[in-house]
Amino acid sequence: MTRRPVDMGDPDRLYTVTGGRSRTDDDMFDLVTLIVSECGPSPGMQSEHIRILELCRHPTAVVEVSAELKLPITVVRILLGDLLATGRITARHPGRARSLIDLPDSALLEEVLHGLRNL
Amino acid sequence: MDSATSELPGRTPLVDSAETGLKIVIVGGFGVGKTTLVKSVSEIRPLNTEEVMTQAGVGVDDPAGLTTKTTTTVAFDFGRISLNDRMVLYLFGAPGQERFWFLWDRLFAGTLGAVVLVDTRRMSDSWYAIDRLEHHNTPFVVAVNRFDSDPASFSLDEIRQALSLPAHVPLVECDARVRSSGKHVLISLVNHLHELAMGREMTP
Repeated sequence: MTRRPVDMGDPDRLYTVTGGRSRTDDDMFDLVTLIVSECGPSPGMQSEHIRILELCRHPTAVVEVSAELKLPITVVRILLGDLLATGRITARHPGRARSLIDLPDSALLEEVLHGLRNL
Repeated sequence: MDSATSELPGRTPLVDSAETGLKIVIVGGFGVGKTTLVKSVSEIRPLNTEEVMTQAGVGVDDPAGLTTKTTTTVAFDFGRISLNDRMVLYLFGAPGQERFWFLWDRLFAGTLGAVVLVDTRRMSDSWYAIDRLEHHNTPFVVAVNRFDSDPASFSLDEIRQALSLPAHVPLVECDARVRSSGKHVLISLVNHLHELAMGREMTP
């Protein structure tokens, strides 16, 4: 059976982008994990990796990378995994663990309120 | 590769000290004004992206047989608010229909809370979203988007009754087009979350 990374309009392209991989460790990258490049692109790199490194010269959330590259979140997580494994990016994870019962504390929420009131 | 892509005109990067991303999700039916609300408070032009997943092997209980592989695609808009030098809040406008909830844990686990945006002309659109948020133990507020053309103009009490909304869930009115109104909705939510957090922290 041929497994494709994602079943959507143009699967062949996405298959190529991810080198045929379809899964990654979801816990590694939340939608709002902030990605920061630790180096510039080098010759011969895959174009998507180059774009991510350029985009993330300033902290950029995973979801923004996805929107700018016009690639589904799943695919972006795989690409980010490559760059993280080779030390080309670092990830700043959300303050909270991805657990359903781990609710935010009042101190964090007070900071959020303060920020919103100053809008 | 197009060399222009490295310039990304119009993109406003976060400050380099940004370290903590937070999420709030705005759920509602089609055309209720989710994107309008995101746009009114966001510091960036709302962006759009999508998540795609195949249901097989994702733990979905499918009595029709394991060989069936269906694809779920959920598109959503988002905006951004830099709260201070370290914290940035992302606002997601998400559809309330059934297939979306398959992806809730994958996309929105760890969200601070949710806003259910309601159009009084189509209140039944909101029932499912409210039910699902309760199921996922996600705290939420309900915001009624008052359209100019809303002829019936139900009172908040009538709306609370129509939605079978428990008394402890805040219900507010808004005009999603107006920044100060959108801001008020978010503050209502975070105030509610703060009260819940204080309640938990007082309990030994």
